[in-house]
Amino acid sequence: MNRHLAIVPALNEAEAIVAAIEAIHSRASGFDVLVVDDGSSDDTAARARSAGATVVPLPFNLGIGGAMQSGYIYALEHGYDVAVQVDGDGQHDPRHIPELLARLREDPDLNMVTGSRFLDPSGHGYRSSATRRIGIRVFASIVSLITGRRVTDPTSGFRMTDRRGIELFARDYPHDYPEVEAILLMHAHRLRSCELPVIMRPRLTGSSAISSTQSVYYMVKVLLAVFVGLFRRRPTIAAVEQPASAPEQSTVAAAEQTLL
Amino acid sequence: MTDAVTKITLQRGLAIAVTLGLLLLVFELVRRKRLSERYAILWLLAAATLLVLAAWKGLLTSLAGDVGISYPPSALFAVAIGLIIMLLLHFSLAVSRLSDQNKILAQRLGLLQQRLERSEDQAVEREPERSTVGR
Repeated sequence: MNRHLAIVPALNEAEAIVAAIEAIHSRASGFDVLVVDDGSSDDTAARARSAGATVVPLPFNLGIGGAMQSGYIYALEHGYDVAVQVDGDGQHDPRHIPELLARLREDPDLNMVTGSRFLDPSGHGYRSSATRRIGIRVFASIVSLITGRRVTDPTSGFRMTDRRGIELFARDYPHDYPEVEAILLMHAHRLRSCELPVIMRPRLTGSSAISSTQSVYYMVKVLLAVFVGLFRRRPTIAAVEQPASAPEQSTVAAAEQTLL
Repeated sequence: MTDAVTKITLQRGLAIAVTLGLLLLVFELVRRKRLSERYAILWLLAAATLLVLAAWKGLLTSLAGDVGISYPPSALFAVAIGLIIMLLLHFSLAVSRLSDQNKILAQRLGLLQQRLERSEDQAVEREPERSTVGR
């Protein structure tokens, strides 16, 4: 079995999912593909299965945070040592996956590599609405300030983690709009992450997970979580297990047993 | 606050202290991960509204006058009750959604358990066949 997993969260992506899976198979052949179907009402799951992906069908919509964490729990229980998040809508070009993997392998102290839309040297930056770009910049400066390193694209979901990152995210992953908080979670557990320039394509189908009315909630929720997070102490995952909620721990314990 | 507190200033001080306490409590619950941010935002909004009304005396008095409430602290209670009703409605929605999801989970779990037991039974039935074929 491959030791590398591509986690593809998908909600009603029947139009784009097959192309996304085939692109991962051809561009990153060392990666198994896991589609987490986050309660789709169309035939996303069936099409993903026919394209050769493993599918975890969630019984109802959990939101991106819960869906991604299902993927990390799967990666942990099945002994994967590298996991990469790839959107099911074709935004993330899988040809960057080998680049992310090479960067992760290059530095053994590195636990996560994020594909950033704003580091592209040729200047073909990501096109988006002005308000969204301002929001991203606000989060970028906050996250850079807290972590003490330059973060240009804190909302990018195109990221690859090693085994320690998988263990952390399987145990604790933010609920709504998780990307910004996940970077800070990594930082709080003294895991190291960096960015690599990627080019993201415009969406093939569907609409963004965040509508304009939701973006206010997005900003307030993430700012509150970041602020409260500053007053929270977390042990590193190398230390004694954090007494999280009971079901999460038993999942991890069960996973460790299956690994042994 | 129901004690025989006659001085409006003392009443205001109490109102400010209580709403500040509520703000701190919500913050601490979020910090300990007992309360998720989604619900914390509502509580923080409610507490902040009450804090502004309690602290800014002129605003409460003019608001009370506008709607014909002669005793300004009553206006504070009216706003508080309005906020509480909105929070309760929100929680009723949340509970409805949770019980729907809980039902779906129980159904899926039962169906999966039945499938697992059937495939385990089939595996046991197949076992002797395989051993006789082996011989």
